[in-house]
Formats: sequence, C-alpha cells, structure tokens
Amino acid sequence: MARTILPFGPQHPVLPEPLHLKLTIEDETVVEALPTLGYVHRGLEKLCEVRDFNQMIQIVERVCGICSCLHALCYCEGVEQIMGVEVPRRAKYLRTIWGELHRIHSHLLWLGLFADAFGFESLFMQFWRVRERVMDIMEATCGNRVVVSVNVIGGVRRDLSPEQCQWIEEQLAVSEKEIKQLSDTILSDYTVKKRTVGKGVLTKEQAYQLGAVGPMLRGSGWAQDARQTGYAAFGELGFDPIVEYDGDSYARCAVRFRETLQAIDIVRLAIARLPAGETAANVSGAMEDDTPKPVSAGERRDIMQAYNRDKRHRLAAAPPPNLDLPAGLVAAKVKGKPDGEAVTRVEQPRGELMYYLKGNGSKNMERVRIRTPTFANIPPLLAMLPGCELADVPVIVLSIDPCISCTER
Amino acid sequence: MFNMTKNVVTNLLTKSSTRLYPIAVRGHFEGFRGTLVCNIDECIFCRTCMIKCPSQCIAVDNKAGTWACDAMACVYCGVCVDVCPTSCLSMTKEHRPVATEQQTIFLQGVPKKKKKEEAAAE
Amino acid sequence: MLETIPLSLEAVRDIAKECFDEGWRLVTMSANQVGEDSFDILYHYDKDLTMKHYRLTIPKETVVPSISPVYFAALLVENEIRDQFGVCFSDIVLDFAGALYLEEEVRAMPFCKVSVAQKQC
Repeated sequence: MARTILPFGPQHPVLPEPLHLKLTIEDETVVEALPTLGYVHRGLEKLCEVRDFNQMIQIVERVCGICSCLHALCYCEGVEQIMGVEVPRRAKYLRTIWGELHRIHSHLLWLGLFADAFGFESLFMQFWRVRERVMDIMEATCGNRVVVSVNVIGGVRRDLSPEQCQWIEEQLAVSEKEIKQLSDTILSDYTVKKRTVGKGVLTKEQAYQLGAVGPMLRGSGWAQDARQTGYAAFGELGFDPIVEYDGDSYARCAVRFRETLQAIDIVRLAIARLPAGETAANVSGAMEDDTPKPVSAGERRDIMQAYNRDKRHRLAAAPPPNLDLPAGLVAAKVKGKPDGEAVTRVEQPRGELMYYLKGNGSKNMERVRIRTPTFANIPPLLAMLPGCELADVPVIVLSIDPCISCTER
Repeated sequence: MFNMTKNVVTNLLTKSSTRLYPIAVRGHFEGFRGTLVCNIDECIFCRTCMIKCPSQCIAVDNKAGTWACDAMACVYCGVCVDVCPTSCLSMTKEHRPVATEQQTIFLQGVPKKKKKEEAAAE
Repeated sequence: MLETIPLSLEAVRDIAKECFDEGWRLVTMSANQVGEDSFDILYHYDKDLTMKHYRLTIPKETVVPSISPVYFAALLVENEIRDQFGVCFSDIVLDFAGALYLEEEVRAMPFCKVSVAQKQC
C-alpha cells in the first residue's frame, strides 16, 4: 500500500511545546515515527561555566516551567551531597511540601491538557480551575506562582507560619473535594474511555526495557518511584507508589489522577509532622534531639481521619488572607565550594529526574548533567506509535506528558 | 441525568464563579515578588546584588553612584533582596504596570566617599 | 563521593548486554570532558532503586560502540553526546549524525572547553 509521510508538529493544537514527529502512515495507520528535536534547545547545562553554583539554582529551575521546584531540589541535594551539608529537618519537610504542591499543580495541568487533547474543553476548564487554588498557595507561600525559587543549598528560603499551614490545609481540602467531583468524568465517562482505553499500549516488559519513567512505568505495572529512595522528607514519611496495570493511555491518566490525591495527602502529612523551626544560627546543634522516626500506617490513618471529620474544610475558600510572613531562611550554613561528583534522583511529576553533578573546587560547577523524565519517555513513545490510528496520535503523544523544554534543556 | 440536574440547579443558585474582571481585581498575596524597589539613599554601592544576581540584570557603578536594573531581564527570584547588606532592596507585591517600551530602572545616588577623601574634604 | 566501576572500550557492549540480561534499566549516560583531550562517559544503570555507574575514559576522536542495539533508549542520549561533545558512536539505531539539536553546518562542539571539530565517522 502507498505510504504517506505526515508531519506532526512542531505546531500542533495538542502540543504545548514544539516537538516534530515525522509519521509514516499507511492508509490511516501509523507505521513509523521519527522524532526531530532541537526547537527549544537552550544550552542551560553549559551555563554552569559562567554562573556560580548558587546562581545555578535559578538556572536549573528554568529547565522546566512546571516542575521548577523539583529541579532545584534535585540540584541542591546533589550539591549538598558533594559538600556534606546536613539540611535541617524542617527544611526537608518544607521541600517536600512545595515539591508535592508542584506535583499537584502539574498533574492538574496535565489532566486538563489531556481532556483538551480529546476535545473535552469543559473538563479542561474544570481541572484548571482547581489548579488555580494550588497556584494561589504557591504564590502566598513562596512569592511566585510557578518558578518558586525557594530552595537554596542547605535548606529553603522561606518558612511557613502555623496560620499559613492551616490555610494551605483548608485550600487543599476544597481542592480535594473539587478533584473528586471530577473523577467520574475523567475516569468513567463513556466518551473519555472510548478515546483512551487501549490506546498506546506499553507492555510491562517494554516499559522497563525502553527505560520509561514515572507514570508511564507505573501505568504499566511497575511499582517504582524515585520517592521510595527517600529524598527530602520521604525517608521519614514513607511512600507507596500508585500502580495501574493496563499500560494504556487510560492507565497513565488514572495513575496521574490518583497521584494528585495522594500528593494532597502527603502535603497534609508533612504539615502535620512539620518539625519545629531551626534557624541558620543554631543549626549545628539542632539535629541531635528528636531522632527521625518513620510514620506508622496507623498514624497516617489517624491524620487522614481527622481531616475527614473536620467540617471546617467544607468552607469555600475566602479571598487571600494577609497572613504575617514568618522570618525567611531555614537553612544550614554552607561554607566552601563543591568538589566531587554526585548523582541524585527525585521524582518529578513526569517521572524520575536525574542529575549528575561534578564540581572541581571552584565556584563554577564543572558539569551539570540533567536527565529529564521526558527524555527517557521519548523512546517508549516511538515504540507506542507504530500501529496506532492517526486520530489517536495526539492522545498518545500527550499521554507521556511531554515536556520538550525539559528534554532539550 | 440527575447528576446534571443537581449541577444545573447549583449553578443557577450560586453566584458567578469567575471574577468580573475590571470591577473585581484579584490582587496579590503578602510576600509576592512583584516589583524590585531600591531605596537609593541607603545603598552603599557594594555591588553584592550585581554579583549574586543569577540573571545579571543589575548594574551598579560605585564610582558614579548609580544603580540600574534591566527590569525585563529580572527573574524576580529575590536573591538580591536576601543578600543586600543594608536592606535597601525590597520587593513590593504589585506588578510593574504594562508599558509600551522596555524599561530600565535607573537610580542616581550619592557615591560613598572613602574615609581618606572625607577627611580631606573636611 | 560517587563510586564508579571502570570500563574498557571493548567491554562497553558486553557489559550492556550483561546488565540487560540481569534486568538493569539504563537510566542514562553522561559525558564530561576531562582535561584537554579526553572524555569521561558514565553509564548509569538502575535496578530496584539502586544505581551503579560505569566510567569509560576515552581520548578524543575515539569511536565508541553504541549500546542502542541492546538498550533502544540509549539512542537519544548517544545522539546528544555526539552533538555536544563530538564523540562518535558506531551503529546507533537511529543516527542523527550530529544534527539532533544542531544544524548540519555547525562544526564546533558546544560543550567542549577546547575546540573539537565535528568529525564524520
């Protein structure tokens, strides 16, 4: 049969970012897909030669517009590992809170975009409306909406006051209720299922061999999540990954939807267990007393039940209260310059993010290598596309949650 | 069907979920990094902000006593505010207003004289 | 400090095959310039959340055997290293020949500290 080559992207309604796929199609079926990258390559890794290692935090935050906090977190953990800095416990918890808030807003963004990919505009609006609440939390606690810039080497730059914690909890309770209202539509609606179930199937073996990460991997039945390695406060909070077994677009959607709710629970848990503050001055002696102990399943259940009982959270969110800001910096004092190598991993909303850092004792890092999740998810995408219908290509491409700026850096 | 009826009734009885924009403006939270402000009278032209700025948008001349910020290049990370030794830098929670051309914040202050020069002047 | 296992040029593909059979997942590869004219290439593998790193040190203008026939996922990163450092890989499954990010006429390697010209292999 005659073959046609069809360009998909770089400008396409479904793609928020430019990715070009050269699709070879036979009739309506895709037989081959070849990617072309390089539309948003910015050379951010190279910037480590001209910016010092503290300034690189703001640079790596701009690798990805959606999960900036986690990039900075991964970078800071790497540098701290090289320099042997012990981060205050409170800072670890705060990093976890902001990291998970980022996951919530990124997943809500994706769920909206995914709904848009199969033409469900109103669902898209609904998800983004909920997301706005999370953005508000970010703005009120970090000072910026997206690129929050709270991480520094040794800790975090802002603190949370008890009133702010309470306000976050109230906002999240409302968000959770609103997200749950949407669960019927995104997970059991006939039209949605028609477009997602069985589309872009990635088998369990394929997913692992092709190096898929994040919801791609977990949607195919692997219970693997970088949060299990216990970065930030996850070592104390404990973590069980969410797994779906079908490996299709629907399974990936379900993983992300459930992870959103799970992230809300993690934020609550972290707020409930937020250790007392340690300022930069007394950090050296602050770690001795309360030894970290993991959360038991019972304790987690108690905290969750307390939330469900509390009717106060049903209140609609009031306009932003002007809460007093607590004094900033919760960080250990950092001296010297990084010298050595480290590899760190964190779980970004899109999957596992890996940094390879090399310092040479000068103020500039010698090498900052960033492996972003979408970079790892493109080979599985190339394996999923052959055999699918042309009309399903947008849904399948979006189901990997492509972040092309991340990929090319 | 009944789900929908419930939603329709709720939506009819509650007020608009969107903001009537020009009348109701959202406003910003306390602590939002909106505009970078420099109190030039307190600035000692130490150039710390210029050195620490990750986007290198600040230019300080300690001889001429000027402080300039390319507002379009600023990324509003607030690092300069944190490192300023005299706390003359601060961030207000309002955005800069929309402008028709690129703006540079340029402030002329009195350069700090060295102690020797001060003594000589007296 | 990062613990790495040294790797020789001949063993690259054998080790990859071995890891593949033992169920390791290729996380990624990282290239890094060491000194004037040699490169470090790190192979990061992961299994059950533990990582191991192989370090291959090569002088410039060495052609490294590609592991993409074993790990399909390596094709992007190998093309990227070719783009950034000018290290050539033989038999990449999908070879962009130094034009993944760069235009074909670009000759200088952006990530090298000393100039390394684009070489055809």
